Amino acid sequence: MKILVCITNVPDTTAKISFIDGDTKFNKTGVQYICGPYDDYALSRAVELKEQHGGTVTVLNVGEAESEQVIRKCLAIGADDAIRVNTEPTDSYFVAEQIAHIASQENYDLILMGRESIDFNSGVVHGLVGEMLGIPSLSPVMKLEIDGGVAKMTREIEGGKEDVEASLPLVLGCQEPIAEWKIPNMRGIMSARTKPLKVVEPVGSGLTITEKYALPAPKGAVKMIPAEEAEKLIDLLKNEAKVL
Amino acid sequence: MSVLVFAELDNGLIKKSSLEAIYYGSEVAKAKGSSVTVLAIGESSNEALAIAGKYGATKVLWASDARLNIASIQAYSSVLAEAVNATSAEFVILSKSSLGDAVSARVSAKLKASIVSNVVDLPDFSSGVTVKRSIYTGKAFATVALTSDKKVIAIKKNAVNVVEGDGSASVENFAPALNDADFAVKVTGTHKASGQVSLPEADLVVSAGRGLKGPENWGIVEDLANALGAATACSKPVSDLDWRPHHEHVGQTGIKVSPNLYIACGISGAIQHLAGVNSSKVIVVINKDPEAPFFKAADYGIIGDVFDVLPRLTKAIQASK
Repeated sequence: MKILVCITNVPDTTAKISFIDGDTKFNKTGVQYICGPYDDYALSRAVELKEQHGGTVTVLNVGEAESEQVIRKCLAIGADDAIRVNTEPTDSYFVAEQIAHIASQENYDLILMGRESIDFNSGVVHGLVGEMLGIPSLSPVMKLEIDGGVAKMTREIEGGKEDVEASLPLVLGCQEPIAEWKIPNMRGIMSARTKPLKVVEPVGSGLTITEKYALPAPKGAVKMIPAEEAEKLIDLLKNEAKVL
Repeated sequence: MSVLVFAELDNGLIKKSSLEAIYYGSEVAKAKGSSVTVLAIGESSNEALAIAGKYGATKVLWASDARLNIASIQAYSSVLAEAVNATSAEFVILSKSSLGDAVSARVSAKLKASIVSNVVDLPDFSSGVTVKRSIYTGKAFATVALTSDKKVIAIKKNAVNVVEGDGSASVENFAPALNDADFAVKVTGTHKASGQVSLPEADLVVSAGRGLKGPENWGIVEDLANALGAATACSKPVSDLDWRPHHEHVGQTGIKVSPNLYIACGISGAIQHLAGVNSSKVIVVINKDPEAPFFKAADYGIIGDVFDVLPRLTKAIQASK
């Protein structure tokens, strides 16, 4: 089985967000970058499936050279090789075009990725890639088993879950608890250094332009209500905040 | 150049979030001097769909083929793309949801349309078309220009203040060409909690964390939620411990909510949790630890024991009705 896992190189969930150059650029100073947490689930499941069924896991990242630290970590976790499309991932459509372009050159049985990137949170890349390749896309997938050429999955829906089945190939957006996060061991880290990492140039161009960034207005001071007068909260929510 | 809104149905009725999308669409149409058509797919009725008129739609296209009764991402995407072509729509508006994400993405690829998700305000037409969207899980905003002829905009809850009118929309049957390949994914089972307020749709949310000490204590959370007519939610540790189902988990790696009121009970307020709730209009934090970081993000705070405070709030709400 050939699996392609698309990963994002994103600021850590605890990173302080700020902008520079007249609010036109994200301020990377002091920010720790990680593999997107949803992508980690996708990668971990891909490595488990490889262990069960054999095959290969290729990691794909659309990003600049600074992504390579995170890509090496994915190789250490158990991916066999990696491809980096050398460009800034500026637009969902643009990123999807890169993935579809790479995927169209090989016959992947599964294209896995996180349900969304945690920087832009659009959650649309899997659907775009599925349509560009003319194959089904499903998200958020929380359980994935492969039986012959058929994927048996559980997908989260509003207020519950849905069991679905479909023939491979498929594009899936993943989320917990599809797999336990894998942590690289020393052997994995050593072998990751020599695993192939191919760098290719992008194709096409995006359909949106991000012009400016802004931070939310600072929150006003919290109004504390003594516990013994907790009932007053209801009156405040009704008459002051006007949300009840 | 018209506006097409994709409306999701729940038990035959247009979902509240989709009514908001219809109103958003009508505001876009007003600015562009055009009209709004709504596409509804699946089981419904003329009466249920005509409601769209109250939110500014003039016409509803209803694709009622029985094969569409179970939501199929590919089939719905094909139907929506066909409706876009049939109405020569420039704008496709929908509400962000798991179905909305999937369908909007495939439609964008079909039409080579600019797609922007998590939009929090009406578009600005002063120079091209730009929208304000939420990024970094609610920690920042971006202004994005849509450069294609066709534009797909997925809005976040509360992106627009809905004003109900008294219009009525005409409902027309829409019979798209359906392709067998679009039904390749088979739904083999559905597990859905019934009779609960849907969390992503809810205006009011009561959420609880490890401070509740165990799943057996959730009664006081549910009582408060029932008294308010609110949805219940939980923090990540609570869902990880299986105290509550995963679809109630709110936070960076769970559901992102933006209700009018979010009441957090016994949740310390880790940055990953705040990321899922920071676009709520009003946040109330109840925690016995005065140092809980959540108080810094709150509008109202009560330092107290949830086992004492929650039942008293429930009583106060019941008494005020």
